[in-house]
Amino acid sequence: MRVIRFVLNGDPVETAAPAHWTLLELLRYGLKLTGSKQGCDKGDCGACTVLVGGKPILACLSLAARAEGQEITTIEGLMPLHKSRGGSGADPVQEAFDACGALQCGFCQPGMMLSTRALLNQHPQPSREQIQAALSGNLCRCTGYTQILQAVETAIAQSTGAPAPQPAWARDRELQGQEPQS
Amino acid sequence: MLRLPQFELIEPSSLYGALAALAEHGPDAMVLAGGTDLLPNMKHGLFEPRMLVSLAGIEELRGVQVTSEGGLSIGAMTPLADVADHPEVRRRAPALAQAAGLVAGPQLRSMGTLGGNVMLDTRCQWYNQTHFWRQALGFCLKKDGTVCHVVAGGKRCVAAASNDSVPALTTLGASLRFERLGQARTIAIDELWHSDGANNKRTEGGEILTRIEIPATPAGHLGAYGKLRDRGSIDFPLLGMAVRLDLDDQGLVEHADQVVVALVARPVRIKGVHEALLGLRPGSADFEQALVPLAEAARRQCRPMANIPGDEDWRREMVAVFTRRTFLAAAEGASD
Ligand SMILES: Cc1cc2nc3c(=O)[nH]c(=O)nc-3n(C[C@H](O)[C@H](O)[C@H](O)COP(=O)(O)OP(=O)(O)OC[C@H]3O[C@@H](n4cnc5c(N)ncnc54)[C@H](O)[C@@H]3O)c2cc1C
Ligand code: SF4
Ligand code: FES
Ligand code: FES
Repeated sequence: MRVIRFVLNGDPVETAAPAHWTLLELLRYGLKLTGSKQGCDKGDCGACTVLVGGKPILACLSLAARAEGQEITTIEGLMPLHKSRGGSGADPVQEAFDACGALQCGFCQPGMMLSTRALLNQHPQPSREQIQAALSGNLCRCTGYTQILQAVETAIAQSTGAPAPQPAWARDRELQGQEPQS
Repeated sequence: MLRLPQFELIEPSSLYGALAALAEHGPDAMVLAGGTDLLPNMKHGLFEPRMLVSLAGIEELRGVQVTSEGGLSIGAMTPLADVADHPEVRRRAPALAQAAGLVAGPQLRSMGTLGGNVMLDTRCQWYNQTHFWRQALGFCLKKDGTVCHVVAGGKRCVAAASNDSVPALTTLGASLRFERLGQARTIAIDELWHSDGANNKRTEGGEILTRIEIPATPAGHLGAYGKLRDRGSIDFPLLGMAVRLDLDDQGLVEHADQVVVALVARPVRIKGVHEALLGLRPGSADFEQALVPLAEAARRQCRPMANIPGDEDWRREMVAVFTRRTFLAAAEGASD
């Protein structure tokens, strides 16, 4: 066991883990924060993505000891602060993923949203290519990615006050002459 | 869920501390850089070191410097993302910047290091699997067994060198500085390799790769990296090739080179490249014409095997396609 001190989602944490635990195991099984997903557990899928010092990394291939002295953000910390605690509620990225229906099973979402947040912190108005590159380490086996890209562009539009891009499903419905249902 | 076996972790903050720890623990200890190759391999039961010596806390092993001769000196612990984005690497060694930027996906490029990429274990579809999987099939020569599943009756492992940075570093004439407690040696990257896939590197126990040194490239230097993979991200190379073109002040090729990985245990330098392109002007019809027989020669010299995924015949045809494409991509730099 070694003692590990770090800042997790804005709060200082002092915890302990055996040397052979990954950061993902520490988060999920030590600290009971199960938002970071254990997908492949070997670097292929990005479901375990967390931000260390603002950069997306894979928690399944990081030793727990790597957290020492770092600032770590998991999906639980993306929401600036829950409304019931006087905060502003969900991160605009989370709102956009919700509004665009950018998920099916949801397993990839924590990683997707953290990679998106890291991108937008660095480049508030990225191009489509930059978005694709930033999300290229996060696999989704459900959505086909279209709505995910739209969600990111919606979050960007919201931050600049521009009108949000029209979701693909609304366009499809229009083409079929149907009213989108709310 | 893939658990790591138990081990002890040492995190020295100086190179001396790491060298001393390796000297003390001998073969029980392994070096941990970014861990993006070693940790999955340990999860698969391919390595069971009792001790890991992490280099993450050693500041002097990180960063890119331009030397007084105009070359590059890159600390082994420099993350691949930093190599890919560094303006001096992009300018002086474009093939290396491209290759580093095509390794795995963005998260792994922030974690994985250039030194770890050079020291990457060879790969094989019968080897990079869980213990359960390998046991079910029957273990192979590289780990725990006596047969090879790629070459029937083979007595030597042919797992593939799959490090994306290596072709570029080889065309750039890079040398590697290794240190052991009380000793240091510098070797040309060409001299690192064995053809035995079970262990394709001539390294000695207790050694740390500390720096990668790249000699100055001339003003007319061009380079590119071509990578065949199923998806545009995450995947290891099914074929990885770096090309180099140095132009004289007339804009004519005075030096050309091409090195390929993801074939066998060692990188393969294509023969006859320099002669085929010498004196030609990139972008000219003669240059493009010369690429046709050159691509065919490269195809003949490369024999992809069933060690990594992807049909071997297809990968072999792709050698010719990527030879042309990658030289054309390098040549495009000439018009900038
Ligand atoms: C999903 C996935 C996709 C990948 N795709 C690619 C790819 O496309 N191309 C590619 O090239 N690689 C790929 N990799 C492998 C890996 O991410 C990179 O090769 C990376 O550069 C390895 O560096 P590292 O610092 O993580 O090495 P580590 O895993 O820390 O070390 C690798 C090996 O080198 C030894 N070592 C490391 N540093 C030193 C040193 N300084 N001195 C002595 N020995 C040392 C270690 O002991 C270990 O044996 C992939 C990995 C994963 C999990
Ligand atoms: S090439 Fe043969 S011996 Fe080597 S890892 Fe593959 S199956 Fe095993
Ligand atoms: S769980 Fe970490 S990359 Fe899949
Ligand atoms: S929503 Fe199921 S993996 Fe993306």
